[in-house]
Amino acid sequence: MLYINCPHCGMRSQNEFSYGGDASVKRPSLNKEVSDQEWDNFVYNRKSLRGKHLELWQHISGCRQWIKVERDTSTHEIFRTFKADEEVAK
Amino acid sequence: MQKYSIFNLVKNAFSNHENWDLAWKDPTPKEEYDVVIIGGGGHGLATAYYLAKEHNITNVAIIEKGWIGGGNVGRNTTIIRSNYMHDENGLFSEFGMDLWRKMSQDLNYNVMFSPRGIINLAHSDAQMNAYARRGNSMRLNGIDAVLLNREQVKEIIPMADFSENVRFPIFGGLMQPSAGTARHDAVAWGYARQADSMGVDIIQNCEVIGFDVVAGKIKGIRTSRGNIKSKKIGLCVAGSTNILAEKLNMTLPIETHLLQACVSEPVKPVLDNVVTFGAGHFYISQSDKGEMVMGGDLDGYNSYAQRGNLPTLQHVLTEGIAMMPFLSKLKMLRTWGGIMDMSMDGSPIIDKTHIEGLYLNCGWCYGGFKATPASGWTFAHTIAQDRVHELNAGYSLDRFSTGHLIDEKGLGTKTWIS
Repeated sequence: MLYINCPHCGMRSQNEFSYGGDASVKRPSLNKEVSDQEWDNFVYNRKSLRGKHLELWQHISGCRQWIKVERDTSTHEIFRTFKADEEVAK
Repeated sequence: MQKYSIFNLVKNAFSNHENWDLAWKDPTPKEEYDVVIIGGGGHGLATAYYLAKEHNITNVAIIEKGWIGGGNVGRNTTIIRSNYMHDENGLFSEFGMDLWRKMSQDLNYNVMFSPRGIINLAHSDAQMNAYARRGNSMRLNGIDAVLLNREQVKEIIPMADFSENVRFPIFGGLMQPSAGTARHDAVAWGYARQADSMGVDIIQNCEVIGFDVVAGKIKGIRTSRGNIKSKKIGLCVAGSTNILAEKLNMTLPIETHLLQACVSEPVKPVLDNVVTFGAGHFYISQSDKGEMVMGGDLDGYNSYAQRGNLPTLQHVLTEGIAMMPFLSKLKMLRTWGGIMDMSMDGSPIIDKTHIEGLYLNCGWCYGGFKATPASGWTFAHTIAQDRVHELNAGYSLDRFSTGHLIDEKGLGTKTWIS
């Protein structure tokens, strides 16, 4: 069982959350011409590596906020959690 | 190579079975090979076997970080089927069904292929209609499919819950009678033994550290046991695809996820077929030892852990008990997890890449085991001829950017969307 420290509600079990994938993916800015490759990278292509992974979770059975979680994909250890709009220092 | 037969069995019985040949050798890597396959799982071993058998390319090495058959080919739920609606998947898998039927003779190794039939249960009128459509598509592609009504299903699996007031009543089901199961370890060992006998080097405990790419062409690999030169390299590493892709500066439409399976304590024969629950994601069959073999959803987050978490297991087994209430009385014997190369549309990739001489085989999601022979056969063709076969033309890498996704069931990385 994962325990995720929701920045709004505190420590809760993973049963209250749903997963939203890689949080480092940025939607291309629409102020300029967007190439097929940029859309491809946004929609489909993922690094998905072993080790630290910054990812989105939604506290679906709690405050319903999206949050960012820094988790290790091989040990499942959770290091830090952030609000969705918080900048994450690497 | 020593042939496995009843006569050899009797002969070796006189010497207490102490004089059998080794099934495969443990060679030191050579400096150069015509083809190097990275990954000694089912698909990698099958690829090497078909390279030797169909294309007469025997100067081949299989590079495996651990031991052969220690990954997903030893961790799956052994289901073999071709019940797909779309041509790309249907024709590919049905080609594989033919290879499965001949496999034990072909490999001189009993893979215990058991065509016991698979039943996908339907729990609504709409689902019955969808299954009728899928069944018709299958039959048009020469795959056997039978639409069963509630009474017919009840005759085959009377232990399922047919009471009136259940949340997901059984309306009927779609059956592929020729589908079934096989002994997964035997598949890996059978392919390994034959590939080895034709001259393929199976190199275990050898990790790939890097690639040598010069001017867009692959030249070789760097491994924990030295550098190996080769102009053709095939990637067959399932859940580790992204790790090797990063070393090649490639980002792929693949995420690595965790999938669990489990078996109950052994019980007397109760279930003759493979059965899947239609209102969720749960499948079950009974092994020759009597264990109920079960599986279902991904854990749902990126993972390389090869071990699962209890919430998903509980969710999956709740579905199982809804379908077959007697399961609640069984004790769990074993649970385990493997890491899956989940593609974004739920279908695999067998293709060339932008690097000349580098070939990619990945994205098998939930269905890698059944594809073992067809995947090996088409991947061997793609490597040997340097062009894709018509059977794997639909499994292209660029289908995501060009919009030619295979809209089978949409079970990619984001399973909750379907």
